[in-house]
Amino acid sequence: MHRGRRGESARRLFARNPVLGPTAALVLAIVFFSLSTSTFFNIDNFSLIVQQSVVIGTLALGQTLIILTAGIDLANAAIAVFGTLLLTRLTLGGLPSAMAIVAGLVACTIAATVSGLLVTRIKLPPFIVTLGMLAVMTAVTNLYSTGTTFAVPNGTLTWLGNSLYLFGRVQFTMGMLLAALLFVVMWFVLSKTGWGRHVYAVGNEPEAARLTGIHIDRTLVSVYAVAGLIYGFAAWMALGRTPTADPNAYQTGNLDSITAVVIGGTSLFGGRGGVVGTVVGALIVAILRSGLTQMGIDSNYQNLATGVLVIAAVAFDQATRRRA
Amino acid sequence: MSTATQDDTARRSTAGQEPIMTGRGLVKRYGHVTAINGADFDLYPGEVLAIVGDNGAGKSSLIKALTGALTPDEGTITLDGKEVKFHSPLEARRQGIETVYQTLAVAPALDIASNLFLGRERRRGGILGSLRLLDKKAMRAAARDELNSLGIATIQDISQPVETLSGGQRQAVAVARAAMFGSKVVIMDEPTAALGVRETGQVLELIKRISGRGLPVVLISHDMPAVFEVSDRIHVHRLGRRTGVVDPARVSMSDVVSFITGAQEIPADVDVTNRAPDVTHQGGAP
Repeated sequence: MHRGRRGESARRLFARNPVLGPTAALVLAIVFFSLSTSTFFNIDNFSLIVQQSVVIGTLALGQTLIILTAGIDLANAAIAVFGTLLLTRLTLGGLPSAMAIVAGLVACTIAATVSGLLVTRIKLPPFIVTLGMLAVMTAVTNLYSTGTTFAVPNGTLTWLGNSLYLFGRVQFTMGMLLAALLFVVMWFVLSKTGWGRHVYAVGNEPEAARLTGIHIDRTLVSVYAVAGLIYGFAAWMALGRTPTADPNAYQTGNLDSITAVVIGGTSLFGGRGGVVGTVVGALIVAILRSGLTQMGIDSNYQNLATGVLVIAAVAFDQATRRRA
Repeated sequence: MSTATQDDTARRSTAGQEPIMTGRGLVKRYGHVTAINGADFDLYPGEVLAIVGDNGAGKSSLIKALTGALTPDEGTITLDGKEVKFHSPLEARRQGIETVYQTLAVAPALDIASNLFLGRERRRGGILGSLRLLDKKAMRAAARDELNSLGIATIQDISQPVETLSGGQRQAVAVARAAMFGSKVVIMDEPTAALGVRETGQVLELIKRISGRGLPVVLISHDMPAVFEVSDRIHVHRLGRRTGVVDPARVSMSDVVSFITGAQEIPADVDVTNRAPDVTHQGGAP
């Protein structure tokens, strides 16, 4: 009975601080890999890990918003990949890069908004809507690219690949900084504004949200639109990371982003979690891959470990949410 | 059966007062089913009006008509003597009619203050307000004040998620929200249905406090002891319409049950349909 009570208070602690579990896992992973390999614990490696997480992390940021409303977006990476081709082809076609970027952001926003409208107007489950959008966007991208990979002209499109060196030593890419800025802005909006409150309420208990006068459909469509805008930024970041627009890139980006969100402690049932968890989740996945690679472990085992982690994260989420 | 004396009638100092809210000849049909069949409704200032009736008698439909959740096919609703037409719960709410739903309409993962202000968040002033920033501090303070003034002492931590509260405490949060924003009428749908004896007592205490502020309360309930404990008048609903309003001081619970089932007609001497209740308990007298 004594142990039961202690278990109860621990359960409550984790339930009220959903980032606690993922953060503990992150620290454990860092300690473990630092002890297991000689190459892991150094600032260049950490910088590299963050660079590797930027695109998936940003896709996961948009994904977080949608999962908070109890939805899911299977089309996010496909939308961003379309964005990379649009940016590149418009620029190659003679449009100023800045305008191409704006066009890309608008196009990604529109694509995700279409998902949102289908979810709210035709009342289709987000899973089905975005599964359809995934196929549509993949096809559109292939048609538009004629299946070819385009080299990205240096300049504004690849600007996010440029680096700053802090203390002449620690490498920050512009993409990292932009991703960090987007995370801070979204954290701020979700936790400090009425819109953020409504996103949580709509995901947690739509009926209560409706009865208290929150416009559920308007909130949902705006969530998909903001997520789409974020995917547009992810597209630009992807060009900074690898200066080619490849229609076959990021094919598992949707699932990788969901993995980061879920490992970060955001509940698939909506209304719980947030963007801080997603940062942690994205870093955990990247650290796991980097660490296991440096330990010389086959990438299939890395996938296996990620899979186990996803299941463990959801099981943990369920266990801490279970009502007493 | 009548236990009333002449004194009781004489004491009715507020008799002759106008109702704050009325319904006349309300009708709502769903295909062949008539959910509301020419129903009337009167609510006087400061009273607790219980609405009782069998399952399927049309209580919920009547309440939905009054709160804007459905629009009646026929009939008129007045508020403060003026005719009103509600096309959504939001419109009724804007007119000062607050409803405590049986489902409570709270988001379990959000904290108490967030739930009290859900959909009506307070924003910061100045530049921060134009950024649509929430004024969390003000909302927490107001939530705290409201809980205190309603005597809800069992809730310690205002930043606690609602899901960590007991059933009675959750009900209290929903009631506090209605009391906070309801300027004309508070309607409660089966507030004690899911509660134990002690928690029921606490909710009834809340109802008394709200009506003590002069805010009339409509209480839909099957819980006869609760109805008799707090209500000033009991509106009996049967077969889609009001069959009468009785004074709880002059009838027994079993009388009311037989009015509900139709086993007994409501005698004229206990019918207070057109009479304002005595609400001298206003101001917190026990």
